[in-house]
Amino acid sequence: MAATDRLPPFQELLDSHAEAVLRFLRSAVGPGDADDCFQETFISALRAYPRLEHGRELRAWLLTIARRKALDHHRASARRPRPVAEPDATETAPGPAELNGSAAAAAIWGLVAALPEGQRAALALRYAGGLRYREVAEALGCSEEAARRRVHDGLRALRRRSSELEEQYR
Amino acid sequence: MKTIEELKSDVAVAADADGLLDVAYARCDSPLGELLLAATPRGLVKVGFASEAAGALDQLADRLSPRVLFSPARLDPVRRELDEYFAGRRHEFDLDLDWRLSSGFRRRVLRATARIPYGETSTYTRMASAAGSPRAHRAAGTALGANPLPIVVPCHRVLRSGGALGGYTGGLEKKQSLLELEGALSS
Repeated sequence: MAATDRLPPFQELLDSHAEAVLRFLRSAVGPGDADDCFQETFISALRAYPRLEHGRELRAWLLTIARRKALDHHRASARRPRPVAEPDATETAPGPAELNGSAAAAAIWGLVAALPEGQRAALALRYAGGLRYREVAEALGCSEEAARRRVHDGLRALRRRSSELEEQYR
Repeated sequence: MKTIEELKSDVAVAADADGLLDVAYARCDSPLGELLLAATPRGLVKVGFASEAAGALDQLADRLSPRVLFSPARLDPVRRELDEYFAGRRHEFDLDLDWRLSSGFRRRVLRATARIPYGETSTYTRMASAAGSPRAHRAAGTALGANPLPIVVPCHRVLRSGGALGGYTGGLEKKQSLLELEGALSS
């Protein structure tokens, strides 16, 4: 049996990939809900782990599970009724002075969250998860070409919206 | 927001609650150096000296289950009993043991070894007899050398028939200091 066919102790996966999974989830569902999705991701992975046929590309495998959890999360929150008095997002957007540290991070998450799901997931897998395009494609169930296009379109949309945001605060 | 370390230890807690923590492990300090401790739901399955710790987790993943997680809380009772033992306040371990890392003749030798009382010694030949093969004293030595549960299954109490110390996987000086601790050797 080749060394990579063996399944390493699960703690090694947790130690090596927890940060990439958390980064991915923070960009996919936002920092507030990432913690819960993180738990669900690793518990699902642990449940399935002994049935894996080999120990290769485990990060891509974990991120595929994380993406499923993020999708479940989006579906669940779409079904939840919104409170009537929820303020319009633009009313509570931070002013320029606050647009640093966590406020700036929150503004960026807001931009990412507003992207179409396919682009958001592709960007998150590529940049937060650190996957190669081939692995992004595998996690998204599309061609490598389509994965590249989604990342490209997502970046372009982010640039456009962030310069709109700058305009707004000028 | 929780830190990554908090999130990681939450995974072990949730895994335990869901019955997915097949092998929990921890490390603890002892007068013999750092020990690796691992337990399954059946009981303590592995005590490892630092010298062999590197491959020990891989071995547990291969032979028992790859669901191996760092979970010190699950090993708390073991750590407490070992502390008491090293302080001279405990002469018998009251722990459930999982014997799955040894089988057949080797397991019979280890079970016989587990019955040698604190402060006393026996021989490889007697352990071979107790395991049903009086002439297999060399194989008994091999079985004891592969003891997955040293200290708790007291292979340090097994000596050569002439009284010489014999061998010890963790190093002969460890065997000697355990026997001195128990008053079975004069220092």
